Amino acid sequence: MSARLPRTDPITLAVVGVAGLLFLFAPLIFSDFFVSVILTKALWLGIAAASLIFLSSYAGMVSLGQVGLYAIAGFTMANLVAADGGLDAAWSPWLAVLAGIGVAGAVGLLFGAVASRSEGIYFLMITLALGVLVYYFFSQVTQLSGFGGVNNVDLPGLVGNPTDDPSRLFYVTLAASVLVFVFIRYLARTPFGMAMQGLRDDPTRMRALGYNVTLHRTLAFAMGALIAGVAGILSVWYNRRISPGSIALGQTIDVLVIAVIGGLYRLEGAWVGAIFFALLDNYSREWTPDIGNILGPERFNTLIGIVFLVIILVSPGGLVGIWDKGKERLIGALGGGRPRAGPAATEEPPVQEPLEPGPVSR
Amino acid sequence: MRLPLRRGSAASSEVPTAEILAGYRTLPRVIGGAAILLAVGWILAKGLGDLRQFWTVSLNGITLAALYFVVASGFTLIFGLMRIVNMAHGSLYLLGGYLAFEMQKGWFEKETEGLNLSLSSPAGGASEYDLIGWLVPILLAAFIIGIVGLLIQQVFLRWNQGQDLRQALITIAISVILADQMLAHFGGIAKDIKTPADWPESVTIFGVQYGFFRLVIVTGAALVIGIGLWWLIKRTRFGLIVRAGVDDREMVSALGINIPIVFGAAFFLGAMLAGIGGGLGGTMIALEPGEDASFLLSSLIVVIIGGMGSLGGAAIGALLLGLVDAYADVYLVFGDTDLTNYSILLTFLLLVVVLAVKPLGLFGRPA
Repeated sequence: MSARLPRTDPITLAVVGVAGLLFLFAPLIFSDFFVSVILTKALWLGIAAASLIFLSSYAGMVSLGQVGLYAIAGFTMANLVAADGGLDAAWSPWLAVLAGIGVAGAVGLLFGAVASRSEGIYFLMITLALGVLVYYFFSQVTQLSGFGGVNNVDLPGLVGNPTDDPSRLFYVTLAASVLVFVFIRYLARTPFGMAMQGLRDDPTRMRALGYNVTLHRTLAFAMGALIAGVAGILSVWYNRRISPGSIALGQTIDVLVIAVIGGLYRLEGAWVGAIFFALLDNYSREWTPDIGNILGPERFNTLIGIVFLVIILVSPGGLVGIWDKGKERLIGALGGGRPRAGPAATEEPPVQEPLEPGPVSR
Repeated sequence: MRLPLRRGSAASSEVPTAEILAGYRTLPRVIGGAAILLAVGWILAKGLGDLRQFWTVSLNGITLAALYFVVASGFTLIFGLMRIVNMAHGSLYLLGGYLAFEMQKGWFEKETEGLNLSLSSPAGGASEYDLIGWLVPILLAAFIIGIVGLLIQQVFLRWNQGQDLRQALITIAISVILADQMLAHFGGIAKDIKTPADWPESVTIFGVQYGFFRLVIVTGAALVIGIGLWWLIKRTRFGLIVRAGVDDREMVSALGINIPIVFGAAFFLGAMLAGIGGGLGGTMIALEPGEDASFLLSSLIVVIIGGMGSLGGAAIGALLLGLVDAYADVYLVFGDTDLTNYSILLTFLLLVVVLAVKPLGLFGRPA
């Protein structure tokens, strides 16, 4: 969105501009239903996916523990404010938000310390195990999760009442998304962010340069946990409730699906994937053909599984990857006389064939 | 992305591990040792108070561990040879159970005249099965699951060998589809496979009565499978190739060994073990949606603790996980405060302690 506009090519600029205007005036253009069920949901799911993509694209760590972390933020916040079920501590909502994100960050630090010494597929497995353990924790500990979830969570005045007027929560979520995007882009340029990208590309060399690899990976993971915490808070505001069922393995997979569909190595892919997911979730039920018991309106998970599979098989770069390729072709077809078309996409994200084995330089 | 993939990367991931360990050796070990001492002391203190209960709880843990081992051994076999994390392993487990259930119900339900049946079976209307009616469905289901696994490997995984993240994502997609299809076809209600009618309910061991099926059949099956796999891997040509393949895949195929066939066979075997686990678990616990995730998690934890690709590690990991589960469910009571519903934290703690001391698991080796 904003951070890199000057250097982007006109096509992307136009698309981003139109999308930005659409988002900015969405409550005037679209129905309340669309604003709430598609856009708001997509935005907070996008933040959750962004925490995953942040780790995978800048630190080279594909984590499946993000839903567990956002659940910790969500449950902490929901327990600390007035609500039905849970501790019902009736704190001020904003204080509870800070506490929720803080606890998620602290747990992220702990999880990071446990998982960061492993790499690649080991890291994926360990974070998945940790994330699912969080689910089992909340389903067992009914003091914290109520019986069937924490309901009617108290919302801050800023958000208002989403059932009457979804636009306020929408703008809050939009602002949070923009902040998260800008924050991650900013972070990537700090010395810490540079070190993270160095670790992604060549941990051995970074270690030789004197960097503490495990510490940096742990801190990066904690940073991802903070971002996931923001998504957790927004998810509770959006649903006005949180239950163990909503943070089970299925949700972990949904967030992963969003990240992969969008593009596992491009930050903007998080929201692209989330909007695609929310649209598919809502409208596919109307046009999915009813094939016996195999495919049909009830079988959304089968459909999303197939879409997921096709994306991984066909375009490991996700929708953003497809977009990039299409754009290159288009620019090529329009005549290659444009001087800046070539190096346009070469700046920071590692667009070089994602999901392929990385460079093993010594 | 820097994943330990191709051959040349083996050395590069070996060095860092050793380096990392050097810097962090003492503190985690001290903490780990303290945690182990605490755990043993706590179990002894609780256990000596009521020895009968201690035996029952221990047997619960051991039998659970046996089931975990059967499922996780297939997972670790596939991982050890091919570096494929088969995230659909839990789904194959559940599918195997469901298939066995359907076959038992469809083929072996006895057509008995109403009166006889209601007299002989206490549950009233519940049908009885003989040994064949239990064994054949489970073995056949396991075989079918082996074929399913082979198909998954041949269609989706064969051509992208080495891209381990992509393969994991593919198997996740398959597990999503399988879970949804199982929900559609088998419903959400818990089902269980019936044991043969002529098997005893329980046996007496160490002065306590314990379930015959759990103790004799499941533990026996785990022992047979464990010894069988050990023999297969340590004593046969196939095992020789598998072990060599784990160490140096390219060299093995350079020596003229047909690695694709070995990979296919290993995947078939690994998936079949998940299917057998499904049959045993479907008889011992129940089959319902969510069990696939639960057994994927237990398989993950078992191999993370034990070290990925190591059979002995899987056995130790399963035992640790099963015992921790069982003890935490009962012994987490301190005076009046009942903390048993925090038991999952102990599983987490187990994971933390093991990974703090051994980042690659107890018997893990760098890729």
